[in-house]
This record gives sequence, C-alpha cells and structure tokens, in this order.
Amino acid sequence: MKPRNRGLIVAVMLLFAASVGIQAVRDRDRVPFEPPGGMLWIQSGTAMKRMALGFDTLVADLYWIRAVVYYGGQRLRDRSERSYELLYPMLDLVTTLDPRFKVAYRFGAIFLTEGYPDGPGRPDQAIALLENGLRRDGERWEYMHDIGFIYYWWLRDYTKAAEWFERGGRAPGGPPWLAPLAATTLAQGGDRQSSRTMWRQLFENADSDWIRSSAERRLLQLDAMDALDQLNVIAARYAAREGRVAQSWPALVQGERLRGIPLDPAGVPYVINPVTGRVGLAEDSPLWPLPEEPQALRPVPEPPS
Amino acid sequence: MRSIALVAQAVFKESVRDRVPYSMVAFAVLIIAASYLISQLTAGQDMKILKDLGLAAIAVFGLLIAVFIGINLVSKEVERRSVFAVLAKPLSRSQFILGKYFGLALTLVVNLSVMTLAFYAVLLYVDLTTDALLKAAWPAPALDPRLVIAVVLIVAELMLVTAIALFFSTFSSPLLSALLTLGVWVAGHFNADLRNFEAVLDVRPVALLARAVYYLLPNLAPFNIRAEVVHGVPVPASQVALTLAYAAVYITILLLGAIAVFRRRDFK
Repeated sequence: MKPRNRGLIVAVMLLFAASVGIQAVRDRDRVPFEPPGGMLWIQSGTAMKRMALGFDTLVADLYWIRAVVYYGGQRLRDRSERSYELLYPMLDLVTTLDPRFKVAYRFGAIFLTEGYPDGPGRPDQAIALLENGLRRDGERWEYMHDIGFIYYWWLRDYTKAAEWFERGGRAPGGPPWLAPLAATTLAQGGDRQSSRTMWRQLFENADSDWIRSSAERRLLQLDAMDALDQLNVIAARYAAREGRVAQSWPALVQGERLRGIPLDPAGVPYVINPVTGRVGLAEDSPLWPLPEEPQALRPVPEPPS
Repeated sequence: MRSIALVAQAVFKESVRDRVPYSMVAFAVLIIAASYLISQLTAGQDMKILKDLGLAAIAVFGLLIAVFIGINLVSKEVERRSVFAVLAKPLSRSQFILGKYFGLALTLVVNLSVMTLAFYAVLLYVDLTTDALLKAAWPAPALDPRLVIAVVLIVAELMLVTAIALFFSTFSSPLLSALLTLGVWVAGHFNADLRNFEAVLDVRPVALLARAVYYLLPNLAPFNIRAEVVHGVPVPASQVALTLAYAAVYITILLLGAIAVFRRRDFK
C-alpha cells in the first residue's frame, strides 16, 4: 500500500502560508536600498551587443521597458528628488542594440528635452540621439522633423529649425507640409500657429501612447494660452471701465456678463490674481505649468527707400 | 532508408515519452502569454516586444531541446549498453546515427510548430484587441507571414546545433558534449568578428588564421533575421536560400564526421 501524502500536503500549504506571512511582516518595515539616481552597470551598447548573443532586440526591449519605467518612476517622485541622468544612457543603449527602434529615438526627442522637474532639460542629448538615428536607421524624415522641432521649440533657433524641416521635406517619404513649415518658420518663427501645427503633426504621427499624450497636452496648453489671451483682454477692459482690477470671478462674470467661470481645456476653472487682475491657469490643473512660449521673430524693418 | 526511419521514429516516440519537451513547450507558451502582460509596460511598443519575445522564446527553448536531447542520443545508448542490442540488428552504424539525427529533427520541428502556433494565437489576440490608430504605427502587420521565415531559419539553426551535439555525443560524455555544443553555439554568434580580424590586427599570419577559423566554425549569425522581420525590413530570398543551403552543407559535414567517429568506436 502506497503511503498517503495528505499530511505532507497540509504541512506544505501551512508552511507556504507562513512564508507569505513572514514576508508581509518583513516588507512592512523594510525599505529596500536604492542607490541615488539608480544604476546602469553596462553603458556600452557595443559590449552589451556582444553579450546578447544574437538576442540584441530582446535585450533592447528590456532596456526600453527599464527606460520607460525609470522615466515614469522619476515623474512620480517628489519634485525635489527627481533625477533623469540615466535616461540618455538607457535610450542610447536601446538604440545601439536595436538601431531601428524608431520610438526610442522619438521618445528621447520629447522627454529628454522637457525641462526639470518633468525631464532632464537636455535638448543637446535629444539631438545627439536623433542624429545617431539618422546614421544608424537611414534618412528618416521623422527624425529630421524632430530635430527641427527641438531647435524651434526648445532652442529657439529658427534658422536651424527651418534647415531641418527643409531637409525632412526632401527625405524619402517626407510629407509635403514640411517644406512650407520650413518657410513659415524662417519667416515668422515663434508664432503659436506654427507651434500648433508641429504638435499636431507629432500627435498624429506618434508611435507611442506616451508621445501622443504628451503632444495632446501641449495642444491643450496652446488652446489654454489662446483662451487666456482673450480672457485677459476682457479683464483689462473691466479694469479700464471700473477703474480697478477684478479681484474675483463673480465681479468679472457680472461686470462683463460672462456665462460663468471659464474652464481650461482640462475642465479646471481659470484663476484670477486678485492683485494684478490677470487671469491665469490654476496650479492644480493638469495643464499647469504652461510652457514658456517661443518668442516670435520681430518683423524685419523695411529698408529706407 | 527504412531502418533510418525506424530509428528516427523510435527517437521521436522516446522524446514524446520523455516529458522534457512538453514542459519546455508549456514554458514557452507561458512566456509568450506573459509577454502580453509585460507589453503593458512598453509605452505602445507591445507588438514589437511581443514579436521579439516570442521569437526569442522559440529560439531559446528550441536550443535547450536540441542540446539536452542531442547530447544524450548516442551516449545514453552506450551507457545503458542498449547500443549492443540495437547494433546486433540488421542496422549499420551510419543508419543508426542518421536515424537518431532525423528523429530529433522531427521532434524539434513538431515542438517548434506548436510554439509557432501558440505565438500566432497571441499575436491574433493582440491584433484583435488593439486600437486601429495604434496599429497604424506598427512597422509590420501582427500576423506577418514573414515571421514564419524567421522561424524556419531558427529551425535550420537548431538542426545545425543538433548535428553539433550529436557529433560531440559520439565520442564524449553528456556533460562535456553539452559544454562543447554550447561553446560552439556561442562562438558561432561571435564568428563575424573573426572575419574582420585583419582590420584590427597587423600580423598577417594571425589574421589569416582568424579567417580560417571563421570559415571552419559554423557561422550562426545569418540565421538570425528576427530584427529585420520584426521591423518589417525585407530580407532577400537569396540570403534565406543561401543560409539554408549553408545549413544543409554544414549538417552533412557534421553527420559524416559523427558517422566516421562512431564507425571506428570500440564498445567494450
């Protein structure tokens, strides 16, 4: 007769339950050590490529997930504790292992440029990454557009931006709207309409949800900026008529016969500064803070005839 | 021919009785399914990562099957002394080796077919549940038939690895055979570096030696077209055909080598 295992099975189940309990008690007081700023042991893509033994793209995927989690994790931290120093090495590693990983280049273009505390504020690194993309992944118009965009939005170098837009327009598969964008940038760089066109193109051609939502947020911010311009005209009109600034919404709503307290595109009410009477975005709005708008080019004075 | 088929059939049946391939297939299926969960962390790159992970799982688990069954094909028979009974039958030693090889090759093809079907099932599920806007950004369709070409080349690579394992198993212990086979597999993926040795080394004899080793060792890198397929980059048919021809030639060399060793082996 075979021995019965019922007792053993019950013991295993009880011990398993005990191990779960011990682990739960231990985790309650244990804060795992995390090196400040995180660690990236191997930063050489070439070395990692050798170690991957033909599974380069899979290792690239793992580092891509790590980069996304790293960036997302830093964004969730307290503003003063955020550090993005590993973002560029991670993305560089990903793109060395898988040179055709288009979204990694474009992700870098968006998130490496974001200023602190939402990103490292390194447009130079974003441009370096995209230029690597052009070397490794061929003459893709998307990378040229993104470089032009960084020069336009972050570096305010409209001449270089126009050069890259024009190059993108000439690249294989380059869309027809890039050449006119280059001309507009050169003529009136910094205007809000051009910014809107570029963010819309990014939104429509995004390879990932993250890039799409980032572009969507920027578009909503531009809408908010348009609305604020109009509201501040109304607030100024009120101040001129009443001889004092509107200190609260009820005063302005009543005085200017508005339909109610205006909401920003995210659905949060705008706020009035009671001292200056200027209307602005609420700090608890998901659209806060608004970007510093690229400065529009001053019209070139006509030469004297 | 019939004798070879009978030995091959016996190897296949034994591998079916042996539960190792089953557990590997189950594990591979699990990995492929898990990749769907992992893909939630990928900022919209789930299809790429799913394909990378699926193809890598097929390659890795196929490699484990090829190595760990391949090294036991002959040595187990010798250890158990069952080789005497087999060879007492009207069966030549070369037929015995070829039958063993084709039996394992059949096992591999069946296992990898199951994994490929599971892989396509996951891809189909993701394809059906993904938003059309996101699909537009995919460089290749989810059910891209070219994935099959990548799997065919994985099978060809594994058949070559099986031949290597069989060759080593005709004269060494299972442990040593496993180490040697894995060593050759690793070297086969570094092989391309040997070809460019003269670019980094000025000593001509050493460069020539490196070039000779390059041609002598199996070159496994061309069997890996996974990145091209996942990114939707076309792979020339001539490259695939030449790689398959290379595999056929190299496998024949190894089988002839294994037969040569086994024919001269003394069993006491």
